Amino acid sequence: MKPILTVSNLSKDFIKPLDLIAKFLNKVGQDNKEEVVHAVDDVSFTVQRGEIVGIVGESGCGKSTLGRMVAGILSPTNGSVEFDSAQTKTSDLPQALQTQMIFQDPFSSLNPRKRVIDIITEAPIFHGLIARKQKNEFAAEMLQRVGLDPDTLQRYPHQFSGGQRQRIGIARALAVSPELLVCDESIAALDVSIQAQIINLFVQLRDEFTLTYLFISHDIGVIEHISDRVIVMYLGRIVETAPISSFLQTPNHPYTKALLAGVPRLEVGKREYEPVSGEIPSPLAPPTGCHFHPRCPFAIEKCQREAPVLRELSAGHFSACHLNDEAQS
Amino acid sequence: MKPILQIENLQTHFFTKAGVAKAVDGVSFDINAGEVVGLVGESGSGKSITGFSVMGLVDAPGRIVGGRIMFKGADIAAMSPQELQSLRGNRISMIFQDPMMTLNPVLRVETQMVEAIKAHDSTISKSEARVRARDALGLVGISAPEERMRAYPHQFSGGMRQRVSIAIAMLNRPDLIIADEPTTALDVTIQGQVIHEMQRLCEVTKTALLWITHDLAVVAGIADRICVMYAGRVVEQGPIASTISQPLHPYTRGLMGSVPSQNRRGQPLQQIDGMVPSLLNLPVGCAFQNRCSMVSDKCLSETPGPTDVGGKRLVRCVNVGQEQAS
Ligand SMILES: Nc1ncnc2c1ncn2[C@@H]1O[C@H](COP(=O)(O)OP(=O)(O)OP(=O)(O)O)[C@@H](O)[C@H]1O
Ligand SMILES: Nc1ncnc2c1ncn2[C@@H]1O[C@H](COP(=O)(O)OP(=O)(O)OP(=O)(O)O)[C@@H](O)[C@H]1O
Ligand code: SF4
Ligand code: SF4
Ligand SMILES: [Mg+2]
Ligand SMILES: [Mg+2]
Repeated sequence: MKPILTVSNLSKDFIKPLDLIAKFLNKVGQDNKEEVVHAVDDVSFTVQRGEIVGIVGESGCGKSTLGRMVAGILSPTNGSVEFDSAQTKTSDLPQALQTQMIFQDPFSSLNPRKRVIDIITEAPIFHGLIARKQKNEFAAEMLQRVGLDPDTLQRYPHQFSGGQRQRIGIARALAVSPELLVCDESIAALDVSIQAQIINLFVQLRDEFTLTYLFISHDIGVIEHISDRVIVMYLGRIVETAPISSFLQTPNHPYTKALLAGVPRLEVGKREYEPVSGEIPSPLAPPTGCHFHPRCPFAIEKCQREAPVLRELSAGHFSACHLNDEAQS
Repeated sequence: MKPILQIENLQTHFFTKAGVAKAVDGVSFDINAGEVVGLVGESGSGKSITGFSVMGLVDAPGRIVGGRIMFKGADIAAMSPQELQSLRGNRISMIFQDPMMTLNPVLRVETQMVEAIKAHDSTISKSEARVRARDALGLVGISAPEERMRAYPHQFSGGMRQRVSIAIAMLNRPDLIIADEPTTALDVTIQGQVIHEMQRLCEVTKTALLWITHDLAVVAGIADRICVMYAGRVVEQGPIASTISQPLHPYTRGLMGSVPSQNRRGQPLQQIDGMVPSLLNLPVGCAFQNRCSMVSDKCLSETPGPTDVGGKRLVRCVNVGQEQAS
């Protein structure tokens, strides 16, 4: 089956411009260079229709940058995002609508001066998906889909709780019949008991409308719960990707193992924490070779020199670690 | 042995234009020496205000309007300002989610630590204080502390800053540390480091720890006992293992069920429908009534008091524990 999403060799560099002092010092003879962050560094993967793919990794590893490029709101420095739509054959919808992004902050992403009905119907009316006179009926249906009372259509965002606002954000995204949702920390700002409501809603919508998700979260418990497949990133690169069962049972990459070992778990109970040593390096000056080598307990000499490539270990399970080269040769 | 900290029926209210917000309304619990107590609950349930009340950090329009806070058997309200000052910062210290609440951005880490030591021990020489500061940084896992302590806070990463603030909190070997979401902003591997250091330090120094968080899984990993707050009250407290394996209060049960766990993959999470009522507008009776699946007539008129259900557990629910009691 043709994947709905094919990401090939995708990269994004951000250039950190020189500040005034550095510019001045350059004038008097110093040689300060602009710094470049390889926020996303040569990333490739595919996603099948109806799949929920979780993306995990530490702060600054490029999850949001990747998500924004997939959603088409940030242009890549290199590489491509290919989208195989089921709809393009029948309609001429712009591709930007078929991928919608749901953000962390349900408060700032909704216009406080607009009523819920207008928030939800603005885009579909603009793109001619619905007629103006269908507005009421359509918005009511969208609200029902996300578990909100259609009687609240005329209200403003501030009259809702955090969880309800996140539902409105989801209803707004669903209103343009997207096929792929990129959820960037979409539940991080919500209380645990409310998080459960929204996670259940995402899964239910997937089942009802065969939606596909890229689900970005730093909460590995949530990722484990919701994902069919997991992508682990470290400093801009994918270090491991695996179906959820292999991710949980036979994680391969030392970073993935460290991550899983550090996850607090309700069912484990009281325990001693055995931490990974070292700091997360600055993305401005990532370590040479394998980015993880200064923190890796298994690092060999080669790891400082050479960046490992992703190798397939079993069906759909890829890992980028030199220890696997040894095993193969 | 007397507990390090006893909180008895603490009430901290905020007198706002819109009405009185009972942020903490009848909270009672103890912490013993060397014990780790986890304080969990939804956003706005009063966890931080409970900690602030102990530290004397409640600002207007908030005020402690009732109850007692006892430190090693002595009522804090009866202490002189000097006694209080030496208590807070010396015998009790606090760690915040944002380490910059503790750190001064324009002073070198060294200067701040030396000052903190000298503030509580005026006889110590500057060089002695420096050595103690350096050792404290080493203890929380900061490499090359001698050099690092000459840096400014912004030259550290978030995880390192938090470790510096922990080192400062531990400087005077306090009897109690109140840690308010100390690892919430940190990445998993860095969170692991910070928890590891705190566990170790508390074990060595027998420091008691009140760990405030909304993350049940973190509490499950470090606490001896847990207190669960809802709308200003502790609705359930008890030993960590029995409370997690067999929660009794309907809110605690819902909370445990809503945490994703490996052995329930593929099933919908249990969810608590509805939302927390406004503190300005709490219903008569149990504050959880609008979300509770066990609600009965009694809940709408009676405010449940803490019931001892055995096994050192207390639950505030009119429908739990009654059968055992009667
Ligand atoms: N607009 C920008 N300009 C410059 N640098 C940026 C920009 N956006 C992101 N970066 C940098 O790119 C890197 C990746 O950032 P990104 O936001 O994608 O990380 P993330 O994995 O989403 O992190 P978090 O978990 O903290 O959200 C970081 O080093 C960040 O500082
Ligand atoms: N200055 C204030 N004025 C009015 N109400 C306040 C003030 N400070 C706190 N409150 C109220 O006190 C209640 C308890 O707040 P607290 O900060 O203790 O919550 P919390 O449990 O720590 O929540 P979180 O998990 O979000 O940190 C909140 O509902 C809040 O609205
Ligand atoms: S390549 Fe080397 S440093 Fe990188 S994860 Fe593998 S063993 Fe560790
Ligand atoms: S007192 Fe009633 S409403 Fe409150 S938790 Fe118990 S059963 Fe539910
Ligand atoms: Mg991000
Ligand atoms: Mg708080």
